[in-house]
Amino acid sequence: MTSILKPPVIHPSLPKNALGLTRRDYEGAMSTLCAGCGHDSVTAALVQAFWELDVPPHRAAKMSGIGCSSKTTAYFMRQSHGFNGVHGRMPSLATGANAANRDLVYVGVSGDGDSLSIGLGQLCHAIRRSVNLLYVLENNGVYGLTKGQFSASADVGSTSKKGEANEQPPIDPVLLALSLGATFVGRSFSGDKAQLVPILKAALRHRGFAFVDVISPCVSFNDHVGSTKSYRYTREHYESLAPVDFVPVRQEITAAQDAAVTTVRMHDGSLVRFRKTDDTYDPTDRDAAYAHVRKHQEVGEIVTGLLYIDEDARDLHALNHTATTPLVDLPYADLCPGNTALQALQDEYR
Amino acid sequence: MSGVNDFAFKMATVNGTGSASANGLLMQAIFRMGIPVSGKNIFPSNIQGLPTWYEIRVSRDGYTARPEAVDLVVALNTGTYAQDVAAVRPGGYLVYDGSWPLDGELLRDDITILPVPFGQMCVEAFEGDRTRTLLRNIVYTGTLSALLDIDMAVIEEMLKEKFAKKKSLLDANFKAIEMGYEYARKQFSCPLPFHLKKMDATGGSIVIDGNTAAALGCVYAGATVGAWYPITPSTSLMEAYKDFCERFRVDRETGEKKYALIQAEDELAAAGMIIGAGWAGARSFTSTAGPGISLMEEFIGLAYYAEVPAVFFDIQRTGPSTGMPTRTQQGDILATAYASHGDTKHLCLYPSDPRECFYMASEAFDLAERYQTPVFVLSDLDIGMNDWVVPRLTWDDAYVPDRGKVLSAQALEQMTTKFSRYLDVDGDGIAARTLPGVHPKGAYFTRGSGHDKYGTYTEDAAAYQEVVDRLARKINGAARAVPAPEFHLQKGAEVGIVSIGGCHAAVLEATHRLKAQGIPADYMRIRAFPFDTPVEDFLRRHKTVFVVEQNRDAQLRALLTLETGVVRDHMIPVLDYGGLPLTAQRVVDAVVQHVHQGTAV
Ligand SMILES: Cc1ncc(C[n+]2csc(CCOP(=O)(O)OP(=O)(O)O)c2C)c(N)n1
Ligand code: SF4
Ligand SMILES: [Mg+2]
Repeated sequence: MTSILKPPVIHPSLPKNALGLTRRDYEGAMSTLCAGCGHDSVTAALVQAFWELDVPPHRAAKMSGIGCSSKTTAYFMRQSHGFNGVHGRMPSLATGANAANRDLVYVGVSGDGDSLSIGLGQLCHAIRRSVNLLYVLENNGVYGLTKGQFSASADVGSTSKKGEANEQPPIDPVLLALSLGATFVGRSFSGDKAQLVPILKAALRHRGFAFVDVISPCVSFNDHVGSTKSYRYTREHYESLAPVDFVPVRQEITAAQDAAVTTVRMHDGSLVRFRKTDDTYDPTDRDAAYAHVRKHQEVGEIVTGLLYIDEDARDLHALNHTATTPLVDLPYADLCPGNTALQALQDEYR
Repeated sequence: MSGVNDFAFKMATVNGTGSASANGLLMQAIFRMGIPVSGKNIFPSNIQGLPTWYEIRVSRDGYTARPEAVDLVVALNTGTYAQDVAAVRPGGYLVYDGSWPLDGELLRDDITILPVPFGQMCVEAFEGDRTRTLLRNIVYTGTLSALLDIDMAVIEEMLKEKFAKKKSLLDANFKAIEMGYEYARKQFSCPLPFHLKKMDATGGSIVIDGNTAAALGCVYAGATVGAWYPITPSTSLMEAYKDFCERFRVDRETGEKKYALIQAEDELAAAGMIIGAGWAGARSFTSTAGPGISLMEEFIGLAYYAEVPAVFFDIQRTGPSTGMPTRTQQGDILATAYASHGDTKHLCLYPSDPRECFYMASEAFDLAERYQTPVFVLSDLDIGMNDWVVPRLTWDDAYVPDRGKVLSAQALEQMTTKFSRYLDVDGDGIAARTLPGVHPKGAYFTRGSGHDKYGTYTEDAAAYQEVVDRLARKINGAARAVPAPEFHLQKGAEVGIVSIGGCHAAVLEATHRLKAQGIPADYMRIRAFPFDTPVEDFLRRHKTVFVVEQNRDAQLRALLTLETGVVRDHMIPVLDYGGLPLTAQRVVDAVVQHVHQGTAV
């Protein structure tokens, strides 16, 4: 449990966002995770991203499954509704909620056990359906909450705390998402807030399923020598792709054409600017993204960054042709055909 | 005994050959002649090539239960000849395809055998194997029209409606009908002693199956989110919902849909979707059968404990496991009443016919939202998939959905204390809820993990118990709000019969027959769970109580034993679980046997 209690009084000089809210207004209950747990850093990045994007907290909905990672939706945005459901099934809850009310900003937080084992099917199908949702997978290679069993993302040869080596090949969530057609795919590290926050912001603005895999070490069960998901190993094998800046629509600046920057315009007019480190990388080319991740994986490097983005994607509601007014806001009179129609209809049942 | 407008006949065919629509045509024609009729399709879990039967019962008195004796069998499936010949009651009739001779062993001298060369006639009159196969059904429809005196004008009118846009098909169908009709008129003395005579008893009725009616109920109740995974016999409910929505819920100008229907990857996901939607404030529902309910259990417990409304239609089929997917049963009574691990208990509604499916569907949404909990509507294959003649449905245009205690933005704005999700302010066990996105003051964290009355995580014994005790009060309190039992009482009755759902038609008929035999019986039809006090009173009031249901383990009796103070052995189970709809005689026999045993002792 993190031992620092948050001061009850808010300092008047804290910076405010466009809604007049401070970062504190985007925090939640006190975390009960182990001190140093990567998940707490992801929580902090989410606070930052939501605050910077000026999302009214009550217009966001936080969805999660079960696990240490899934608990974290309680630790940010206390003024948002949260739904901590059952293990591995957050995508279906999020899909249903989104179907009912398309106007909320949905964020789902999951773990590698929650997403890649018990919930693998739901994850895949939420991607297929293009549910408008930021899906954060806090990936630590183990089941934290049940005390350290290997998860499906554990690398071959990675050892458990007791020294046992994993021999089963891992499921790489990023390759999975790319191959299933996810329209926004990123990977980052809980220890790199500078990279993570802009990715989360762009993901929140993406219309469709935005998948962000975050390596988030478990200090209690998977941070030892021999683990490939420890802080140390991750730092040593970290291959940052192209740092991104997220430029919200209202801040849009007509920057001078810069050869070192690739810009992707999002559906709402916001910009994602990729500072190029590798001239050949194209974040809008799915196959190239896949090949890039594979190539580095083969030499033991973990590629991070905003890997792929498709802003022409159609989300669940576009595919379904759902009313633009959220279904929950449609008046009953619009939904019930009435008795006259019922009588006319029944003439066909004779 | 059979007579005019009082008999039963059945067609034995092979599925995938087009017989279903011919059989439906026959049933509907009788309905249009104003005569009460019921039709039951007994079909295989297969797409093509396995035996299928369609039983039609004509009853001037309006009885709709499955007939025990069949007066006439149309045997068109050589694979089941033996069984079909044996099914004819002594003195009855058998029509078979005389293109090929009937095996000598199958001949019976206590019935009249009428060969009609259907196959041969079709080969001579039509081109192409598929056309011949399809039209053979229409030829036997013509033969039956002659034998049973079905009004040919009605049949022709129906064919015209059906093939309005396909002139060539209409002509072929007319030709086939005539052929079958003329052949019978020439060869046999028509009509048979039992036959049809126009009545005026179906004017205010419609022909509809329970799944269609339930889907219509969902549309009328204002349900906007449906999620499902295909499974017999529930599939047609969602398909009907889609059809109705395409008709009533699509904006003509923009093409926008005022509903979301999601075919999920499995039933777990379907349950999650409707719970997510219910949490967000939509009226949401799924339809499934037993195997789906099994998969949904974990989520059902979440909805119960976190108090999220959602409606589950369980169109029961024969279990356990895959069981007999195309046969009926009432095997999920216990599985739904206490679905999911831990202490749970759910509101269940038990419609007995398609009409009740319609009304109970809309009632289910009101109850789910008022009590913020899953509600099950337990139909079955017989109700859900077979066509029933039921009185016309009406909708009260003054109806306002009961959304339960949902705090509005205004109410939240004016709130001076902090909103707490699970506080029992009114003392009725029901706490107010808030919907996401409405107001910052309404935010709370919904969880399936232990929580106190404020919605905060807890592992404290007293705080946990306080919440689950309130839940028990809430659900038990719903006993007075769910549909009350229906009573059919008789003077001087010492015998009480209790039944449920799709058994109703047979049990009601049985009570009439018992009365005629000098055994007056009171009948209580359970319409919902949890049970209110009248249920227990009925059980106590009768010296002998029979509980009639369609499962092996007397699940309704078990539920009555658990939930009332009445001891198990006070209730005599009458069980029928072979997968076919119940017959009245089954109930009569059980009661008579017991009563006579009793007097002998
Ligand atoms: C149906 C079900 N099975 C098992 C569990 C036990 N369980 C709780 S969390 C968890 C694994 C969580 O792992 P992960 O998603 O990686 O989260 P982490 O704790 O590592 O963040 C398991 C197996 C459960 N809650 N529900
Ligand atoms: S067990 Fe691991 S994942 Fe769970 S809180 Fe502790 S460090 Fe984090
Ligand atoms: Mg994990």
